Formats: sequence, structure tokens, C-alpha cells
Amino acid sequence: MAVATNQTILVVGGGISGLTAALEAAECGKDVILIEKNPSLGGRISQLYKYFPKLCHPSCGLEINLRRLKGNRNVRVMTLTEVSAVSGETGNYSVTLKRSPRYVNDRCTACGECGKVVEADFDDEFHYGMKQRKGAYLPFSMAYPQRYVLDPCIIGSDDADKAKAACPMDAIDLDMQEETLELNIGAIIWATGWRPYDANKIQPYGYDRFDNVITNVEFERMLDPFGPTGGKILRPSDGKEARDIAFIQCAGSRDENHLKHCSRICCMASLKQATYVREQYGDEGKSSIYYIDIRAIDRLDNFFAKVKADETVSFIKSKVASITEDKASGNPVLHGVNVEGYHRYSNPHELVVLAIGMEPSVSRDEFPVDVVIDDNGFVEADESNGAIFAAGCTADALDVNRAVQNATASALRAIQVINRVAAQEAASGAEG
Amino acid sequence: MSDMGSVAIEKYRNNNYRNNFLHEVEAHVEGGEWVKMCMQCGVCAGSCPLGPHWAHPPQEIFMMIRAGKREEVLTSDSMWMCTSCYNCIVRCPRGLPITHIMHGLAHYAHRLGLAPEKQPTREFAKLFWDNITKNGRANELKMGLSLYFKDGFGSGVKEAMKNKALGQAMMKTKRMNPMEFFGGHGVKDKSGLHAMLAKAREIEDAKFEQGK
Repeated sequence: MAVATNQTILVVGGGISGLTAALEAAECGKDVILIEKNPSLGGRISQLYKYFPKLCHPSCGLEINLRRLKGNRNVRVMTLTEVSAVSGETGNYSVTLKRSPRYVNDRCTACGECGKVVEADFDDEFHYGMKQRKGAYLPFSMAYPQRYVLDPCIIGSDDADKAKAACPMDAIDLDMQEETLELNIGAIIWATGWRPYDANKIQPYGYDRFDNVITNVEFERMLDPFGPTGGKILRPSDGKEARDIAFIQCAGSRDENHLKHCSRICCMASLKQATYVREQYGDEGKSSIYYIDIRAIDRLDNFFAKVKADETVSFIKSKVASITEDKASGNPVLHGVNVEGYHRYSNPHELVVLAIGMEPSVSRDEFPVDVVIDDNGFVEADESNGAIFAAGCTADALDVNRAVQNATASALRAIQVINRVAAQEAASGAEG
Repeated sequence: MSDMGSVAIEKYRNNNYRNNFLHEVEAHVEGGEWVKMCMQCGVCAGSCPLGPHWAHPPQEIFMMIRAGKREEVLTSDSMWMCTSCYNCIVRCPRGLPITHIMHGLAHYAHRLGLAPEKQPTREFAKLFWDNITKNGRANELKMGLSLYFKDGFGSGVKEAMKNKALGQAMMKTKRMNPMEFFGGHGVKDKSGLHAMLAKAREIEDAKFEQGK
């Protein structure tokens, strides 16, 4: 491993923003260390079925980025790694990293023998708990690195010994320990991304009470051919196909009681998901979008126009007041007033998708270093942050397109710092 | 900024030609300055337990204010239907104090003499005010009776007879004293209380006249 110096850039977070920032800097010849908390790179985009507005698959873009990564010697990837402390100043930071054990070394070929013998099941984080995974598992099919990981909960149990015995490559090392590393770093790019807002907090919508009220990120998982429903839109209550689907916009966003900011992605996400309904059922499907106003800006407006022209998609201008459940059918019933004409409604639907907004993954008080954070929890661009630059959804609520642009910009800022450090070192070297 | 620009803005602020009623509400109605913050999402109307019985739900009232529909708003019985359950305030994504605005509008319409005459909530409010300010304590017996007899003697007797059992039970358990009918209990310094209320009314009236 290359020794980290104050000409090294640390990128925190291996989602699309972190990957982009790391690759752009590395392809400019800079040394980059890319760390990721989870066992695999990929982040939230790996959990999406399609991107808007082109409706292409995120796996395609992820594959391109992973190829760039494999072909570049300047990036060092560390998974299961988190930042625990940062000190120092621009061009000269000391960073403490905590690396959790994977219990699987680099001899792993992802053959899957260990997963077959382990008995304990866990909620699969990749599928938001809609499916179970084994205690020895590959995080998802495109995981990078392509290595299994043992759940720390099975360490010390029979399952761990069984997994070790089953491995034909002798890749399982149950003695791996947590490590602490101290690195010298010149600039830091924070790309820790976002998490979906906790739908349980929106009490009137009954996400915690009604099976057939789900979130938009869960809906994405349903469309995955290898996902919890095998690519079908099924109701969690009875496993029946849902053809009449309601989307509730601003579920938690633009709300003084929840997230004050507009999450920017949810309108487009619901429009996109309405195309999934058409894809599955043709004219037999029905999407109803309950909205305050549809925020599809610039070129995205064309996509909105296209979805609006679809006769199976209807738009109801109303923030839904509450949801109840029809016990006999299991249908959620939406109550509210359509403000176009002030019509009161109580509309049953087979499935309700809450267009949940995004909040920063790292909350204000968890941040291991002093940076300027705005009212909504996003890191502001501020001179007092020194050479700590936010990228993607650490900086603001952004879609993938804008997150990648933002990450490229933050890579450029980090490169400027590194170039300055290099010039100073060259000058002092010449003097000495 | 050019002079012409600031003149135009000043003119707009002085509400010489637009949004007269919105400015009036902002100036005179408790919580009125919040009206412009409504984004017409409709969650208040959908959350109101009495919603189906109002002519205009809150977000419609707010829109009507902005549209300058003065008569329609102030003569409406809608804001009198509010039971102060606070569901709308809790759910409003913009944090508007909707309940307070409704009461503010009702109060303003009442002061202007535009509130609907026979609106039951308004009548009850008037009866209650007269009842409690007389002695400084609520006289429940008289309150009940005046409510029964508000539509005349005949219907009053009928109403009172309907609730005979309840009244007797309350008397039996010493929850209601029939002697309250003759005067009733009150605060120690009644004339002091009346002087205070009169002064408050004077200040309020002066403010109202000034703002008109």
C-alpha cells in the first residue's frame, strides 16, 4: 500500500458521489484513499431499479465506474472503514480510521459455499429488510470487492465454524480484529450521502400500522428481478399484485414538522415509478399522484410532460391528510381535499407509496470534525471548513446527475489543495 | 435602485391597488400576517373533523382572502365552525397557527358586525361572555338555561325538559346549585373587575378605530 502523505486525498463514502470524486482525482494523477462504511462500494444507486429521466439501469453506470476503478493504480479502496477523528489543517490533516473485520480475506472467490451452510438469517439491509440474508453473504450481486462477508453476530457461534469449514479457498479468518489506522492526509472529500427519512415519524400516514403503505425506496427494490418480490409489484399484506397505486409526494419533505427542505428527487422518482406501473401492467395499471406542486425543472419537465400524457396516470393536487385501512380488503384509504375545486375525497388504493425525502446520513452531532452545517443538516461550502469538501448529498439534496457534478467540483477543489502542498514541498526541497 | 422602482414598491406596499383585503387581514386579524404563507396543500381541510360541514375549509378561506373576497369571507360561518381541536396546526407543513387565525377572523367579523346573526357558536360565545363577566365566575345554571331559551320560551321549556334527568342528577350529586338562579356566586371585587374590562374595551376600541 502506498503510504498516505499530505499529498493524499481521502474520500469518505463509496457511493456514486464518492466514487466519482475519487476517480476524477485519481485520473488527474492524485493519490486517493476511498473508504466505505459498508462491505461494498455502490451506495444508494445500487438499490435503484432505474434512473430518471433516461430510464436506464444504474448497474450500467456503476459497472463503468468500477472498471475505471480497477484500471487505476492511484486509488486505494478500504471497505468496512469509518472515520473516527480528524485533526490538523488544510494540507496537513491527521485522520484516524476504524476498520471493522470482514472475517473473509482476499482469497475469497465469491463461490458462495459459506452462505449455503450458515443457518442464521438476518434482515437484508440492501433490500431494506424486505428479504432475509444469511450470516455469510455477498452484499449484492455487483458488490465491489466481490468478496463475502460474515455478519459479526455469528462470530463465536457454530455458524462461523461451519462457514470456515465449508470454504474451499481457506478464505475465512475468524481471528480478524478491528483495526485503528492513523493517516496523514492533504484534503478530505465527504461523500457520506443520504438516507431515506424515517416514514414512521409521519404519524397520519400509518407506515407503522398498515402493511400496504410502503416507501419509494422499498418500491424500487420490488422492481429488482432478484429482489424480494422477484420484480413484481406485490402487496406486503397478501402478496397479491397491486395495480392501483397511489404516490404521496412531500412525505416528510417541505414540512416544518419533518424535513424543512425540498428533497428534490421525490417528484421525479414518483413520475419514474409511475412508468414502472405502466411497464408491468400496460393499460391495466393505475397510478395516482397526490402532490402539492410537481417540481420537475429544466429538461426534466419533458419527462413530466410525457408521464402526464399517459392516461393511466392521474394527478391530484392535495397533500393527503391521513390514511386509514379498509380491514376487509386491506386497501389503504386516503383522506383529504383536492384543492382544485375543493373536493373532499376518501380514495381506496391497493398500494400506497410514500415519496419519502432524503436527509444526510451523518447527523449533525455525529460528525467527527468541525464543519459548517446548515439548518437541514447539509455541509455548507465555507472557508472555515479548510480542505474538507462536501460532495453529492452531503452538500445538498441532489439527484444522481447533480450529485456527480457536485462531486467532480469537490474533486477539483481537493486537487487545488494538493497542488499547493506539492508546490510548497518542491520549493522547500529546493531550498534544503 | 432607481426612484421609479422604489415608488412602485411603495405603492404596492401601501396597498393602493392590490391585495387590499389581505393587507386588512394582516393589520387587524390575530395571526393574519401568516395568511400569505399558506401554500394551498389542503392538509388542514382534510384534517378538520368538522370539515364536511364548513362552507369553506381553511385553505380556501386563505385563498379567498388573497383573492380579495372580503364580504364572502367575513359573512361566512366557516371560521365559527372551528372547535379548536388543533389538528390543522399540528399537521400544517408551514406551521401556520390556523386555529388562531380562524378565531381571529371570527372575532374581526363580529366586531365589524358582519358575522352571521344566528350562527350558534357565535350566539354561545356571546352568552358565555355575558355570563362570565357579570360576576367574574361562570354561572353554569344560568348558562344552561340561557342556552335552552335562546330560541324562545316554548323551545326553551322543551329543551329543558329533555335534560331534566341530567339536571336532577347533577343537583343530587351537588354538581349544580339551584340557588345559583338568584344571583349566584362571584369574585370579591366585582366593580373592580368591571372597571378593568371597561378599560380593556376602551383600549381595544381605540385600536380598532385607529386601524380602520
